[in-house]
Amino acid sequence: MDFSLSEEQTIFRDSVARFVAEEYPFDRRQALVAEEPGYDGAHWRRFAELGWLAATLPEDYGGLGGTPVEGMLLAEQFGRGLVMSPYLATVVLGANAILHGGSEDQKRTLLPQVAEGRLKLAFAFAEPQSRYDLNDVATTARGEKSGYRIDGHKGVVFHAASADRIVVSARTAGDSRDPDGISLFLVDAKAEGLEARHYPTQDGGRASELRFDGVRVGAEDRLGEPGTEGSALPVIERVIDHAIASVCAEATGAMWAVYEQTLTYLKTREQFGRTLGSFQALQHRMVDVYMKCELAQSMVYEVTLHLDVPDAVVRGRAAASAKYEVGRNARDVGQEGVQLHGGIGMTFDLPIGHYLKRITMINSSFGDPRHQLRRYQHLSS
Amino acid sequence: MEIAYRPESEALREEIRAFCRDEVPEEFKRAVRHEGEIEGEDSRRWLRMLYEKGGWSAPGWSRELGGPGWTYEQQYVFERELALNDAPRVPLFGAGMIGPAIIEFGSRALQEQFLPAILKGEILWCQGYSEPNSGSDLASLQTSAVRDGDHYVLNGTKMWTSDGHHADWMFGLFRTDNSGKKQHGITVLLVDMRTPGIELRPILTFDGGHETNQTFFDDVRVPVGNRLGEEHLGWTVAKYILGLERFGTAEVSRSQSSLARLKRIARDQPSSGGRLVDDEDFADAITEVELELRALELTEQRFLFGPGGPDAMGAEASMLKIRGTEVQQRITELTAEALGYYSQPFVPEQLAEGYNEEPVGPTPAGYAARSYFNMRKTSIYSGSNEIQKNIIAKAVLGL
Ligand SMILES: Cc1cc2nc3c(=O)[nH]c(=O)nc-3n(C[C@H](O)[C@H](O)[C@H](O)COP(=O)(O)OP(=O)(O)OC[C@H]3O[C@@H](n4cnc5c(N)ncnc54)[C@H](O)[C@@H]3O)c2cc1C
Repeated sequence: MDFSLSEEQTIFRDSVARFVAEEYPFDRRQALVAEEPGYDGAHWRRFAELGWLAATLPEDYGGLGGTPVEGMLLAEQFGRGLVMSPYLATVVLGANAILHGGSEDQKRTLLPQVAEGRLKLAFAFAEPQSRYDLNDVATTARGEKSGYRIDGHKGVVFHAASADRIVVSARTAGDSRDPDGISLFLVDAKAEGLEARHYPTQDGGRASELRFDGVRVGAEDRLGEPGTEGSALPVIERVIDHAIASVCAEATGAMWAVYEQTLTYLKTREQFGRTLGSFQALQHRMVDVYMKCELAQSMVYEVTLHLDVPDAVVRGRAAASAKYEVGRNARDVGQEGVQLHGGIGMTFDLPIGHYLKRITMINSSFGDPRHQLRRYQHLSS
Repeated sequence: MEIAYRPESEALREEIRAFCRDEVPEEFKRAVRHEGEIEGEDSRRWLRMLYEKGGWSAPGWSRELGGPGWTYEQQYVFERELALNDAPRVPLFGAGMIGPAIIEFGSRALQEQFLPAILKGEILWCQGYSEPNSGSDLASLQTSAVRDGDHYVLNGTKMWTSDGHHADWMFGLFRTDNSGKKQHGITVLLVDMRTPGIELRPILTFDGGHETNQTFFDDVRVPVGNRLGEEHLGWTVAKYILGLERFGTAEVSRSQSSLARLKRIARDQPSSGGRLVDDEDFADAITEVELELRALELTEQRFLFGPGGPDAMGAEASMLKIRGTEVQQRITELTAEALGYYSQPFVPEQLAEGYNEEPVGPTPAGYAARSYFNMRKTSIYSGSNEIQKNIIAKAVLGL
């Protein structure tokens, strides 16, 4: 066993940390998320130049062939700096859908464009009625002479407004909760019949309601080799586990930032003629915060290091347990950060409340802790 | 022992229910149903309506003072029925806090100037206690009031002046003497918010709302006649006002209303092909908080209507604040959780009347997460929950 980073990984992490410190200070972040599109296009080009978009993609498809650890390091630093960008939507969700669900041809055409920062993606998998159930897909894709016609409603699709193409789950067969019969399609963001309602999210991110009304795609726009129609659920599950790994790392980065900022505050703020940190009641609370950060960090490794195992059950259990543990601990740490700051923790101008918002949004993405607890039980029985 | 209300309280209950049903404006109820509050001109209108019902704007006041002359139990029923029927709160700063203090400590001139106006809801107040460096340690406050002839001259800054941007007057604590114990040398002044030299800077809360402010005083002149109580002995007045916060600190009825809304949301929200309310785990979470709330409700009633009545209540009141805010926070958190992905959109505008775009997600998507975030304040303000525990440890447990 060895839980230390390689030299290249350390350099990689430090370069992300430097970017966040130098180019993404909190006030800049606040200015960016307040305006459309919610991020800086120049930053996105930097991500591409620095190889961050390519980091986790295989070399065969224009990537740098990194392991999930690189993705984890990136997400952790993004979490620390509350970095909002289409990274999760494009690289973690979109590119993984193509990588794990696409045909050889689709991978060769599309993934290098992602790596170079020329193609932004979104992944439309959730629907108003589906909550966190990935098999609950009511959107339909009906076969036509030369392709498919898609109808349905996809909800809270992250960063759809900046996407060039959207990966959409739709049913080619079966009832709305059938595990079989789901396929993935690549839909042009400007396709006719696709109506989008874009909005900001609580944490300064971006999402959309997408309504498909007779959107037509070609047969070649279905992800996968010929003959794989209707078998996309395992692909979706795998993609979502990648997303879980990413947001768990991000949440943990946010937790460490809350821990550090709160600790500094307790050491400097004085009431009753002494620092807050000298009150034993608060020392114990802060020790709890610290322990929760360490436990969450461990679970980030759990999911990251099991992302590429072939057994979907093993991977799923790692993802479910991490999402549960990180989620619960992150919520506690986020709330304590606000509470221990006192009134100033409630203000818009301090990052501390924004960490709680991001953590809360992460908890309600890809299955909340309650959902993951149940999922873990199912996968273990 | 008797767990039922007295007949006169039951009668009042019916009257208030009818009032809420027939007279409280729909837009006020709408704000409450969205876990919001009314403010500014709406608060004035609300106070005027209550006043015209027979002094309901000052539920704790006697008939002689123009109030309804209710028993404690009736006051309790009043607060409760307003909450359960989606009516706004009665603004607390005026008739609930500074009014009684003026009755207790005010000169005749102050009483004549302020009491009728408070009763009629003509004045909105704000509370100027906290400062950037004096929060939990309130008595260390430093905003100074220096005597200059028949005026005090104020300099310094107050932090967290809630509703300051709507208020006509502030009741504040100011430092008139720094030579002794920190509790000595504090003076209560009533400050006209239009006085030259006062400047307000909005403080936004992280949920995005504007409810509080920082107030700057630059040579602000306040007539000596606006002093409440003795010079330097304002801490006594402040403690008196603190002791008035008996009714409703636990927000039990407000929480019951929020809980009822949460249950409706859980009935409406889809989950696993059915409804969220059928998810045993989520249903358990709702029931747990419901029972915690019931225990809190009875504890509040027991404290209020035990031997000696509300006047006999001491530091145990701190417990009501702690548990009350915890339950409130839990309910709003569960409400956000109930919405799943639809807790994420930030679309407060879709709650406004006359909004004519298609809303994103179900209606609660417009407020659920925001109200969860905003409610984090309740364990911080009015004496943080940590400070309340310190009080219980010392005054109740004798530690
Ligand atoms: C939204 C909002 C509205 C407000 N409205 C008003 C208003 O209208 N008027 C007004 O005067 N004030 C108002 N306040 C101020 C509020 O009363 C203070 O925030 C509160 O008293 C805490 O003080 P502080 O913010 O300085 O935190 P601090 O006192 O710095 O406390 C920071 C943390 O340390 C803890 N702590 C401090 N001392 C101890 C101790 N001895 N033992 C254990 N823990 C301790 C606190 O509980 C808190 O968790 C408002 C605050 C907020 C957030």
